[in-house]
Amino acid sequence: MIWVIIAVLCVATVVLKASGPLALGTREPNERALRVISLVAPAVLTGLIVYETLITSDGGVVFDERLIGLAAAAVAIALRAPMAVVIVVAVGATAGVRALL
Amino acid sequence: MTVMDTPIRDGLRSGLPLVIPTAALGVSFGVLAKPIMGAVAPVVMSVLVFSGGAQFAALGVLQASGTGATAIVAGLLMNTRWVPMSFAVTPSLTGGRLRRAAEAQGIVDAPFVLADRGDGSFDRGVMIGATLVQGASWALGTLAGVLFGDALRDPSALGLDAIFPAFYLLLLVEEVRGHRELAVVVIAAALALTLMVFAPPGVPVIAASAAALIGLRR
Repeated sequence: MIWVIIAVLCVATVVLKASGPLALGTREPNERALRVISLVAPAVLTGLIVYETLITSDGGVVFDERLIGLAAAAVAIALRAPMAVVIVVAVGATAGVRALL
Repeated sequence: MTVMDTPIRDGLRSGLPLVIPTAALGVSFGVLAKPIMGAVAPVVMSVLVFSGGAQFAALGVLQASGTGATAIVAGLLMNTRWVPMSFAVTPSLTGGRLRRAAEAQGIVDAPFVLADRGDGSFDRGVMIGATLVQGASWALGTLAGVLFGDALRDPSALGLDAIFPAFYLLLLVEEVRGHRELAVVVIAAALALTLMVFAPPGVPVIAASAAALIGLRR
């Protein structure tokens, strides 16, 4: 069964990633399309942050230690910490609170 | 596009910051997947599917004793976000329809954002180069998790699941250049949060991507 899951997801990934070129070809975007395109990255990133911070392995929603890690990362970013520090702070806060609770 | 793209070889360097976070998440996927999928399948999956979101979604279903079909649906829904991302990068790719479809296989979340110039164009060399680096890190991390995972029974105790939200937040801060982007963030967060309560996995992320449509207004 696992091999069927892997095969289907592999083929589907190729098709989904190819969807833009297959539909649009070499067409040039107009000004409005460019404005929408320029906003796709922040929109997807926001969705991923919310999703990966709150999702449980069975598809539910939970406010847990990951949210503390994200808040700690936000503080580190506001203090202009370098990337490595931001990540260590997020991981440390999450693991720390988890160990305490 | 008027701006020159970075050659893919130089683009590899832009992927270097992704190595440690991606490998760490790969390790935790390998550790968590091994009891469910065996030793070989998690590594093959990381090479062929190469989507943390889809792989963790499918694994979550299997862990909860869900069916294979449900696992496939969860993985597929998680990967529907490639569609708006693929449409967004298409004009920045080179060659004809099929060549662009092949180049679009280099779309992955973080490289897509790193390549975003903010004017509606993407640096294709940065995207493909960073994806090659991230793909290798993901596969090798998964392999390490499967091989040495017994020493690390519970990856969540290390807080590894906090890495990507923090990393994405860093990228997002760079992406927000003005009021329009800020509005997108607020709308996308509200959409994702609302849909997470009742929609299946993955749907909240694709719904969040619809926030980009405010760009249709002047």
